[in-house]
Amino acid sequence: MNLVYLIIIFVLSIFLGYELITKIPPLLHTPLMSGTNAISGITIIGALIATGSGNSRLCMVLGAVALFFATINVVGGFVVTHRMLEKFKKKEKK
Amino acid sequence: MNILVNSVYLVAAAFFIIGLKGLSRPDTAVRGNLLGAVGMFLAVLVTVIAYDMLNPLWILGGILLGSIVGTWMALKVKMTAMPQMVGLLSGFGGIASLLVAVVSFLDVIIMKALELNAGVFVFDTQFIVSIVISVFIGALTFWGSMVASGKLQGVITTHAVKFRGDQVVKVLVMLAAVASMVGMVMYPGKLIYLWLLIFFSSFLGILLTISIGGADMPIVISLLNSYSGLAVAATGFVLDNTILIISGAIVGASGIILTQIMCKAMNRSLANVIFGGVGGKDAEKG
Repeated sequence: MNLVYLIIIFVLSIFLGYELITKIPPLLHTPLMSGTNAISGITIIGALIATGSGNSRLCMVLGAVALFFATINVVGGFVVTHRMLEKFKKKEKK
Repeated sequence: MNILVNSVYLVAAAFFIIGLKGLSRPDTAVRGNLLGAVGMFLAVLVTVIAYDMLNPLWILGGILLGSIVGTWMALKVKMTAMPQMVGLLSGFGGIASLLVAVVSFLDVIIMKALELNAGVFVFDTQFIVSIVISVFIGALTFWGSMVASGKLQGVITTHAVKFRGDQVVKVLVMLAAVASMVGMVMYPGKLIYLWLLIFFSSFLGILLTISIGGADMPIVISLLNSYSGLAVAATGFVLDNTILIISGAIVGASGIILTQIMCKAMNRSLANVIFGGVGGKDAEKG
């Protein structure tokens, strides 16, 4: 795709991310950090493409390792965030 | 097919944005996290369907093993150990971005070596520059996160490790990393620059975090999380992939804002954390 369009997407997304986070209660700092971290695991898409198109054994193996780490990031990230939030819920009910 | 993929990526991006918005309010936080997970699932699904997956067994293996280990870690970790868990995970994201960039790079090198059988490599500028950036931030994030998590876990000393002239060493290592980046862009066929870049970026990641005290580690982890987003965005430029660029940029920017908010809450200066425990006066060197 045209580099210019990619840069436009990048810059607009930066502004979006900047505006997205405003007032956060301190209680939610860690879950929000954990949630954004899980989303940055989107690099799993990159790992899928890299592994799927790898032409040499070396690239296949390195790609699969990337996929392994990215999947831990994604799955671990969402599950851990959920656990944190569940904990808060219980506290509030008490 | 391209239209289908990018449309689903757009939907996934919308899920991420609504999810993050939800995560910033207590009453919608749980739903926000779930929306993020749904977006991720959609993006993975459409990628697997639309791209030709030449190595399905390797892919299945990577995803299966990663899911098992990820779930196990997330369920086993104690509530008090959450910050280091997040640090560990964002380090894994960093190394994954680095590996994707390296694989894309080596793939082209190996293919060209087979085709041309000569030492002349001509690379697309966008491709090689974004690979270099992705490797740099990826290695820095990985090692920085490992040190930060290690400090919180008590595996590494929680004291701020400082020595005479450590600021000079940091600047020198940074310059060496930049020199390797320039070398790699100018002579992409010479793999030595790739190894040098990985080495110096890793070294810099360790130096920057080891000089910060244990109490500030949650802020450092938040900052590294933002970096890992930028590494993802760089990887997006390597692969011409929109969802990587969008999500990476959003995580990168929102991560910085969150870091700033945490700094204020803990009465620390952001520049202090970025440059590894120095006064604001040194901030201009970045």
